[in-house]
Amino acid sequence: MSQQNNWPLWEVFVRSSRGLSHVHAGSLHAPDAQMAVRNARDLYTRRNEGVSLWVVKSEDIISSDPDEKDAFFESPQGKDYRHATYYKASEGVKHL
Amino acid sequence: MAPTTPQEPGLSAVPSYEEEQSQARFDALIGKDSRIEPRDWMPDAYRKTLTRQVSQHAHSEIIGMQPEANWITRAPSLKRKSILMAKVQDEAGHGLYLYSAAETLGTDRDELNDQLLTGRAKYSSIFNYPARSWADMGAIGWLVDGAAIANQVPLCRASYGPYGRAMVRVCKEESFHQRQGFEILLSLSRGSEAQKKMAQDAVNRFYEPALMMFGPPDEQSPNSKQSMAWNIKRFSNDELRQRFVGMIAEQVKVLGLTLPDPELRYDEETKQWIHKDLNWDEFMAVIKGNGPVNAQRMERRREAHREGAWVREAAAAYAAKQVQSEVA
Amino acid sequence: MNHDELDAELDSFGDALASATRVTPGNALRPEDIAVGGAKPSEDVARYALTLGDDALILAQRLSHWISRAPELEEDIALGNIALDVLGHARSFLTYAGLAWDKTEDDLAYWREEDDFTSLWIVEQPNGHFGVTIIRQLIVSVFQHLLYSKLTESADETLAAICAKAVKEVDYHRDHAIQWTIRLGLGTEESAAKMRHALEILWPYVDEMFQDLELHRKLDGIAVLPSSLREAWDKEINAVLADSGLEIPKTGQAMANGRGGEHSEHLGFILAEMQVLARKHPGASW
Repeated sequence: MSQQNNWPLWEVFVRSSRGLSHVHAGSLHAPDAQMAVRNARDLYTRRNEGVSLWVVKSEDIISSDPDEKDAFFESPQGKDYRHATYYKASEGVKHL
Repeated sequence: MAPTTPQEPGLSAVPSYEEEQSQARFDALIGKDSRIEPRDWMPDAYRKTLTRQVSQHAHSEIIGMQPEANWITRAPSLKRKSILMAKVQDEAGHGLYLYSAAETLGTDRDELNDQLLTGRAKYSSIFNYPARSWADMGAIGWLVDGAAIANQVPLCRASYGPYGRAMVRVCKEESFHQRQGFEILLSLSRGSEAQKKMAQDAVNRFYEPALMMFGPPDEQSPNSKQSMAWNIKRFSNDELRQRFVGMIAEQVKVLGLTLPDPELRYDEETKQWIHKDLNWDEFMAVIKGNGPVNAQRMERRREAHREGAWVREAAAAYAAKQVQSEVA
Repeated sequence: MNHDELDAELDSFGDALASATRVTPGNALRPEDIAVGGAKPSEDVARYALTLGDDALILAQRLSHWISRAPELEEDIALGNIALDVLGHARSFLTYAGLAWDKTEDDLAYWREEDDFTSLWIVEQPNGHFGVTIIRQLIVSVFQHLLYSKLTESADETLAAICAKAVKEVDYHRDHAIQWTIRLGLGTEESAAKMRHALEILWPYVDEMFQDLELHRKLDGIAVLPSSLREAWDKEINAVLADSGLEIPKTGQAMANGRGGEHSEHLGFILAEMQVLARKHPGASW
């Protein structure tokens, strides 16, 4: 099979209704962006699942490196003061 | 914690410190029933097992379109035609969800498809039986999809994230598949003598192959244990088969039909369903390619691929030209 | 496990996934609603609805053959969607027509003879290779899009309502056909040659689509005169073909009279296959 015929892989994100974020639904193959949107419509919204779609070439997604997991995501741990529950003195005060 | 992955005998290479760390992290995730995601380190054997299982599952959906597609143009009412068309189309969708999960493991769809077309990959042997009558649309929905659902619901919790997520989507969509099959059989069994006979004949032919869809008995299924240790499989083949046979034994009464199994009964003592001995020799023969329509199913797939080559090529060429003209 | 348990178990997998798999039937006009709540059409309106229904039915029958045979799996799904839409249109039109004669959609689909059908020859043409199906789709869906758009303003409320739903779907079919015509027209030498061939073998059935009948004239304000759509159709097709590096072939036009019950040789085979099972069991329900 020649490499030239490989349709690239696209990731599909579906907004299920107005007011919600686009959520990753899965992927598909399409020759180009226009066809990718159409294929996404046919594949991922057959049952009224969405009101809007994003497609992006899989190879264009930059992700955090899971091997650096600890170093990358540990910093917020211990910073309890970023959460409302940290502040006890105000407990019982109305509307605060 | 003991590693979840056995060392393969004969592989004497000492794992590096990094590998040991990675294995420990993987084991910890499995240990707390968390999920493995595509970019996580995972043992080669885990990746290989999943790639094989998920792609076989995808192939089964795709080949499984054929027996039913065979009846779309002859469906006896326009409503049934619509339902059947939607169902077969869903199966293409399920195949795609699963290929997309399999691809996250690092093998692209062209390669997976190539494995199918060259006979290196297997698919569910049930689809190598012909769909001879309209009632088969009912029996396939009720028994084959029923067995598939019993198998798939626990897979929604499979340890590999993309597989589990694909299965949730598949199961949600498939709940209508089984119901429409049941309805077809119910209409037939309440219809004319000829229709009822058609329904019973279909149930007779699909009962045993459907029970065999859960795979060989536990003592003959060596890979199951490892899959369960990895939290891919949650129940053994026999456990799932028990659960399924219990359900259909009740449902068949509503249909006013019978299961072709005089030995079928619930044993109060062992709390087990007893069913007739299944013909595992036939099962193995069908898997090896000697079922009634293996050759036909494969050729149909190859033909679609062959006939579509110029279309795929043209679309890729067009896309390449568009990119070129943007650059220029 | 019953279905409620299954649903509950599936729902336990979290909101994010649930929102991406939300399933709703939507609220569109269905054939069942027309059968129950639809006003009975006059004989002429019924005959007109029958022509629209027959075109859609035969086209759906042709398109449905692609499912499991398309050039790529994504295209199995796309053609499946289109076939399902078109079958839905057929069911609505036939259900409505049948109200005039106390017949169901199935009575009309399965129990009429070949010369009772009123389908156009273009929808009867074989699928051929993918390019032939795409050109047939281009010819028909651009026509149906113009027709259904006009029919949303029909004085017949049921026809207008059926077309209000159908026109949106046909708009997508038209777009699908256009996208593929461009890609195959400009893709490779081979694909361009196949598309030229497809145009040549299908073009002879274009004029029949635009033939005005006495029926159309009688239904002033209800039906659309097919000839009134020709200019807009020509313009749109010319534009698509120009964008695709293709042109209108220099072929003649077939003396086709599908509306009068005189059909291409293909229809007999289509009906034989479609009707065989239903006719083996007269009076059966399925």
